[in-house]
Amino acid sequence: MKTTGKTTDLSRRQILKGGAALAGAAAGTAITGFPAVIAAEPVTLRYLSTATNQSPAIAERAAKDLGIKIEYVTVTTDDVTKRIITQPNSFDLVDTEYFSLRNLVPSGNLMGLDAKKIKLVDKLAPAITKGEIGGKKIGNQGTAPNKVMYLEGQNSKKFAASPTEWITLIPTTYNADTLGIRPDLVGRPIESWAELLNPQFKGKASILNIPSIGIMDAAMVMEATGKHKYADKGNMTKEEIDLTIATLIEAKKAGQFRAFWTDFNESVNLMASGETVIQSMWSPAVTAVRLKGIQCKFQPLKEGYRAWASGFGLPRTLKGKELDAAYEFVNWFLSGWAGAHLNRQGYYSAVLDTAKENMEPYEWAYWMEGKPAEKDIKGPDGGLLEKAGAVRDGGSYSERMGAVACWNSIMDENAYMVRKWNEFIAA
Amino acid sequence: MLHHARWTSYWQAAPLAAVFLAFFILPLIVTLVVSFWSYTGYSIEPAFIWDNYRDAFDRCVESLPDLCTTFRTYLSTLKFCLTVWLLTLVIGFTIAYYLTFEIRSSTVRLVLALLCTIPFWTSNVIRMISWVPLLGRNGLVNQALMGAGLVEQPLDWLLYSNFSVILAFVHINTVFMIVPIANSMSRIDRSLVEAARDAGATGWQILSNVIIPLSKTGIAIGSIFVITVVMGDFITIGIMGGQQIASAGKVIQTQIGALQFPIAAANAVVLLAVVLMIIALLVRFIDIRKEL
Repeated sequence: MKTTGKTTDLSRRQILKGGAALAGAAAGTAITGFPAVIAAEPVTLRYLSTATNQSPAIAERAAKDLGIKIEYVTVTTDDVTKRIITQPNSFDLVDTEYFSLRNLVPSGNLMGLDAKKIKLVDKLAPAITKGEIGGKKIGNQGTAPNKVMYLEGQNSKKFAASPTEWITLIPTTYNADTLGIRPDLVGRPIESWAELLNPQFKGKASILNIPSIGIMDAAMVMEATGKHKYADKGNMTKEEIDLTIATLIEAKKAGQFRAFWTDFNESVNLMASGETVIQSMWSPAVTAVRLKGIQCKFQPLKEGYRAWASGFGLPRTLKGKELDAAYEFVNWFLSGWAGAHLNRQGYYSAVLDTAKENMEPYEWAYWMEGKPAEKDIKGPDGGLLEKAGAVRDGGSYSERMGAVACWNSIMDENAYMVRKWNEFIAA
Repeated sequence: MLHHARWTSYWQAAPLAAVFLAFFILPLIVTLVVSFWSYTGYSIEPAFIWDNYRDAFDRCVESLPDLCTTFRTYLSTLKFCLTVWLLTLVIGFTIAYYLTFEIRSSTVRLVLALLCTIPFWTSNVIRMISWVPLLGRNGLVNQALMGAGLVEQPLDWLLYSNFSVILAFVHINTVFMIVPIANSMSRIDRSLVEAARDAGATGWQILSNVIIPLSKTGIAIGSIFVITVVMGDFITIGIMGGQQIASAGKVIQTQIGALQFPIAAANAVVLLAVVLMIIALLVRFIDIRKEL
């Protein structure tokens, strides 16, 4: 610090004053939402979602391209829903899963996005909007996105049966989940969901302890073993819930499960440490195990995948500059750079064409067409993911998404299901 | 003058009372009220219904002598509670005794007491997770046992079992016993111990007739800490039990996750009632206020 003027004797009090003024100025710039300040200020959007979809690179790029500041609010899947319902003013943009819409839309805290303001609305992946790939229908059980995609009006609390101009969520990412295995420890081909409860893997299996998703994995197993055929795995009757939970309890009592997991890191640790060799898993968790130099496979199974999709929603109270900025950001998100970024992590992006333009041809061939990698495949951070010659587990986009059997869901009997699930954990 | 002094003490207690009222009593009342409300997947509606309590004790009477989920959960939690309480009491009492009566130098005593708190320099979750590479199937303990030829197969019960849950609980909670017991012991008049010895009491007699009765307050306070922590825990049981062991806290957490606030509130009220009953039982034997 330099002193100017006649006196060189800078008292402690003066320094304190100067410091206070500086602090005041800093605090002033941090405050947004006051029109007087905003003129020279970038708009800040509070972006609520799980850690899965929040990449610092995307926020950086958006700041560069749009001058919009993205402020991530990171919580768990359940807490995203909880926030929307209990604190709808605590975010400007939310990235949430389609299945939770069955609880979110009746709460009236979200508004429909205006389709006319979404430039690429016609290019959104038909897997999400129509439940089909290349004109062919894919599995529609559970809360498939196309069932909850449109609202009857902007502030309607009812889903529309056919497309309208009011969209609940604009898709961001989606994927098809299956079982993860340790091929080195399993030592034989795995082809069916039934293997999760195969006594051969006693004490070495795991299922995820998020009731609404875990029950779907259990349903895949039930159908694979021929124990029961559900009319809709994503919307079971009470009897079906009883039957499914009874099977899980039987397996648990026989010592089938080593542990259950609820978050990403737990699933990685269980697999990497060899505590489990077969378990419910998410794609990036499989990648994380492989990055440790441990063999792990996201095993395609003949009964198909359990799919999920997530998308952008807007709180009903959003208006003015923030509302415009939110639309601007959503349009930017669909325009390609972010889509390519997500595709390189093994997710799928909402608009495939624009993402393709932002990826190298060999990257597109590996991630989306199921072809052997021509060159080493790098992750978004530049780290080595796969060596040249590797093929993606499950193959191409249409092979993987085309084999979807059901979608994550909220059942009509959700409350009953949660109670029974607690019974399973206590058994 | 006397009148004036009485009001002064009320004012002095007021700030703490206000904090308790705002952050403890009010939330508790809200919890109690909400436990009688009805709910949907996305809303809670004011009502006065007993359904949530009925759901919490679903088929508990009909299915006897088989235990329903709630009874089984509480029984399992109570078993942990009793085991952990006994272990932390014995270990904590022994350490406190050693610190107070065997260590002569107060500097050494202070250093040793600080050593006991070292595990608390890192977070609860880290302390628990660090057991995993130690006790896992391919962990250090199993590798050592197999290397020494003591076992042929890795021992599975070391991790994700009742054993590992109790181990972690004792590791985390023993210090809550040590501190209040050592505090009580340090206030024991040494001349009482000398008098007992002069009167011909053996070491055990001194312990059971002088030291234990005079440490009762510390034991009671430590016990309350340990019992309330174990009864309400779901993180330790979750991580160390591989989420395969139920706990009242986990049931509540799952219900909150599913946005079923009223039934979660009902379960919280039940849990509170159980813990209060245990503590009431405890203070029946030891009048904490009299001993303080």
